[in-house]
Amino acid sequence: MMRYIIVVVFLVLSTFLFIQLESGRDPHTVPSPLIGKAAPAFSLPQLHEPAKKFSPADMKGRVWLFNLWASWCVSCREEHPVLMALSQQNIVPIIGLDYEDKTPDAEAWLAKGGNPYLLSVTDVEGRIGIDYGITGVPETFVIDKHGVIRYKEVGVVTPQNLHDTILPLVAQLEREP
Amino acid sequence: MKKLLLVALLSVMPLAAWAEEAKDLAEDPVVEKRLVALAKNLRCLVCQNESLESSHAELARDLRREVREQIRAGKSDQEILDYLVARYGDFVLYEPPVKSYTLLLWFGPFVLLLAGAGVLFYQVSRRRKTVPEANLSAEAQQRAAALLEDEEKR
Repeated sequence: MMRYIIVVVFLVLSTFLFIQLESGRDPHTVPSPLIGKAAPAFSLPQLHEPAKKFSPADMKGRVWLFNLWASWCVSCREEHPVLMALSQQNIVPIIGLDYEDKTPDAEAWLAKGGNPYLLSVTDVEGRIGIDYGITGVPETFVIDKHGVIRYKEVGVVTPQNLHDTILPLVAQLEREP
Repeated sequence: MKKLLLVALLSVMPLAAWAEEAKDLAEDPVVEKRLVALAKNLRCLVCQNESLESSHAELARDLRREVREQIRAGKSDQEILDYLVARYGDFVLYEPPVKSYTLLLWFGPFVLLLAGAGVLFYQVSRRRKTVPEANLSAEAQQRAAALLEDEEKR
């Protein structure tokens, strides 16, 4: 009797382990409580024209991507060509937030690798990053016409998650009133 | 020579253990005390198994700054926790609130404990059945006592 119980317990535990392994879910990604909530407001100076400010309200009525990046961020290098290709297709505007960066470094980095952003804002102290609940860069938010966060990609935007998740969502949001 | 250098370098490695806990010095002690108490129960989100209080990570430093500023601004502990949960979810708390999806987390161990007690009870009661009480006559009991006494004497 006891032997059967032990075998059953073992099987149940190994099934859980197997499901978790197979799902490919990264336990480091934390579900964002911000999905379905209004994108936190801010007003930050633009990277290329610090005298001008940008705030999310300026994008009302448009679906847009909000991409947090930095010149010091290594994975952003992997993401950059994907964003460049996306920006050339003119499907969806990308607003960048230069996170805890030095402005000259950021400008140099965009000048060298190309600038996929409609514009970027600078968050030198990382305060807005906290407001958006980010744990690192890059992270990308999909924001709808009403300024509501609909999706968050933690980590690199790859051709795969772009085509499987982000672009279909953008197309759907474009159709929404 | 190379080996010697390696030994020398390795032997100074333990000195790194002297590195201080992440502290932002020269702050108001009252604010710091509340910050430390709060941060002990908050997770450093990029290091997962470290508390916000002890982490050196940049994000942890930024979050401590945020908490410190909110303390100075006169926010209550609960308001500060709510602020963080709204942005990072319950994951930021080391003590997650009791909710429908945390029931298993909170009460699972007690269920397991009860199940264990059940199995134990079942086993014991079964064993009792398989080993029946010896039913001895008065005569047999006397003999047994005599034998035991004999054994003790020897």
